[in-house]
Amino acid sequence: MHHAWLVPLLPALSFLVIVFITRPRPKLSAAVSIACMLGSFALAALAAYGVFTDNHFQHRPLIYDVHWFGMQGLNVDVGIYLDPSSAMMIFMVTMVASLVQIYSTGYMKGDPGYPVFFSYLSLFAAAMLGLILSSNLLQMFIFWELVGLCSYLLIGFYSHKISAREAAKKAFITCRVADFALLLGMLAIQIIFGTLNLDELSEIMPHFENYTTAGMMTLIAVLVFIGPVGKSGQFPLHVWLPDAMEGPTPVSALIHAATMVVAGVYLVGRTMFLFTEVEPAMHLVAVTGAFTAFFAATIAITQREIKRILAYSTVSQLGYMMLALGVGSLTASFFHLWTHAFFKALMFLGAGSVLHALHHKADVWEMGGLIKKMPVTGWTFVVGGLAIAGIPPFAGFWSKDEILLATFLEGHYVLFALASCTAFLTAFYIWRMIFLAFFGAEKPENHPHESPGSMTGPLLVLAVMATAAGLIGTPGNPLWQNWIFFGHPHHGEPNIPIMLISTALAAAGIGLAYLLYLKDKDKANARALAGMFRPVYKLIYNKYYVDELYLWFNRKIVDGSARMTYLFDIYVVDGIVNGVGAVTKGLGQNLRCVQTGKMQTYALVFFLAVLVITVALAFTDSSSTALVMGGAK
Amino acid sequence: MLMGVSAVHFVLLSAALFGIGLFGALVKKNAISVLICIELMLNAVNINLVAFNKYVTPGTFIGQLFAIFIITVAAAEVGVALAIIIAIFRHRLSVNLDDFDWLKW
Repeated sequence: MHHAWLVPLLPALSFLVIVFITRPRPKLSAAVSIACMLGSFALAALAAYGVFTDNHFQHRPLIYDVHWFGMQGLNVDVGIYLDPSSAMMIFMVTMVASLVQIYSTGYMKGDPGYPVFFSYLSLFAAAMLGLILSSNLLQMFIFWELVGLCSYLLIGFYSHKISAREAAKKAFITCRVADFALLLGMLAIQIIFGTLNLDELSEIMPHFENYTTAGMMTLIAVLVFIGPVGKSGQFPLHVWLPDAMEGPTPVSALIHAATMVVAGVYLVGRTMFLFTEVEPAMHLVAVTGAFTAFFAATIAITQREIKRILAYSTVSQLGYMMLALGVGSLTASFFHLWTHAFFKALMFLGAGSVLHALHHKADVWEMGGLIKKMPVTGWTFVVGGLAIAGIPPFAGFWSKDEILLATFLEGHYVLFALASCTAFLTAFYIWRMIFLAFFGAEKPENHPHESPGSMTGPLLVLAVMATAAGLIGTPGNPLWQNWIFFGHPHHGEPNIPIMLISTALAAAGIGLAYLLYLKDKDKANARALAGMFRPVYKLIYNKYYVDELYLWFNRKIVDGSARMTYLFDIYVVDGIVNGVGAVTKGLGQNLRCVQTGKMQTYALVFFLAVLVITVALAFTDSSSTALVMGGAK
Repeated sequence: MLMGVSAVHFVLLSAALFGIGLFGALVKKNAISVLICIELMLNAVNINLVAFNKYVTPGTFIGQLFAIFIITVAAAEVGVALAIIIAIFRHRLSVNLDDFDWLKW
């Protein structure tokens, strides 16, 4: 537990070793990376064990701070902040990262960038673990950006593909826009409160009236929230996440489902003391979350590519987590974060296995009956599907129920309705995908085969977790609720109607998907339905044209104003500068003719000038006349 | 002494002498002639100074003092000017001022 600082250090070490020493040898590189990751996992598990067996931790985190640098009014520490939340997170991240790395040895086999891929994965794990364990906002921000960099590198891993390069840039730039706001928020906190230390801030913030106004606090909270909006793919900055599927599938599983994208949720959870002080900011978080959840779920219904469906599902689930934070339930949010990491990593890795078998044919409509040829992948995927749909006793049910309950108890009935609709949609789109891809008639042109053990092994482990991870937070066994909370632990009484509603909605979603996509052999009803709502279908299929809107904004507004200022620069600014030059040059060109080099001309000019001045003075000013004329009257 | 001769006569004389010198200095092409004309102008000034000393502040020697200074400076100036003219002549084989225009731009 006191060696928690080693957890992020080991993957960082493996990154350096691979880059500088073992890069020419792919097998060894992978071995180094996996060994370090497993070591890190063991340490994280020990740390988590230490935390969850010591009741002291329920109230007081373990903090190590080392002074890094400082000047007047600014003191920056680096340190480790270990509490039940971060212990849970490092356990989850190291576990998923280890499984993904093992999976990658099969998935990435034969790729020329094999060792580089593992070095990036290691760097990513180091950055993410560093972010989780940060004891102050600045340190967190550094790792936050490092995580963004790894995301960029891994999305653009297939750099020979233009679409991958574009997606990498899009992800990086979108996140940068959001990070700028986060940075501004942090600066405001440093200026107003004089510290970025999370522990100190949590002491100070409840008495913020001594420092600043409520309006300023709201502004800070909104600015800080924009960072997570970008990182966790909330509307309207969600656009990068589906495109990030250009990266290799293990990356999608690790970064864009299980770990990096939840960094935003984690940051909001960590700075909860800031948000709970200002009611409007909480509402903003809740509404953004609920809207994103619903919005992304509707898009996911119409998508055809297996990874895109999962990507929008991720956006939607992240929306759930934000919603839970917005209604003040850190417990529910982090619980969903925990379960989602397992079942979503499972589904992504399953999708990777399918793509591996079908040679990267991604359209679910071209799949079918895969479960016969790929039983392990298929059945683990079904487990993931049950978990995300929220069928008891799978993990997703308990966490989703917790969120719905928290929303309902806080009295946000509209958001509760929206979240319930999303639960129905989630079950529907996931099972649409499962029925289309894994059940039904086999397609003769496909020749699927089960993936090697290095890939199915992690799937099985994750399937177990997706089943069991929720059992630590059931109403009968509220371990989770006792440990991870903000303020005081609260056990919502088990609300049977809400449980029934959410289960019924999930079952209805699955049932509808079954009727439309499995029972109906030629999918005529589904097509008819899509045809009936043609404009709506088209709108949703094109993701509500958000990308197009941004493109239009960039092309017309940003580029247009850029062109206008360019013209202003060319004609007005350059005109003035060049004009001054041209006038000077012309004057010189003409005036030099006056200088003949002939002394007598100069002398004549002197003489005439003296004459003119004398005469002028003599006729204009009587007092100076006397001077010139030497006193003669 | 000098009956019937007033300051006006001296002024007229010096003005005439100065005018002749100026005209020569501006018009003559020979560098030596120009130098001579400059001497004429200086001496016209000298006459002026001495004459005014006599008629305006008799009994003092301020005007004469200035005249002597000017003669001294003129001598030095002639020395330098002749040296320059000789140097240019050796270089260019000419004392025509119209040829001396290579200091322009």
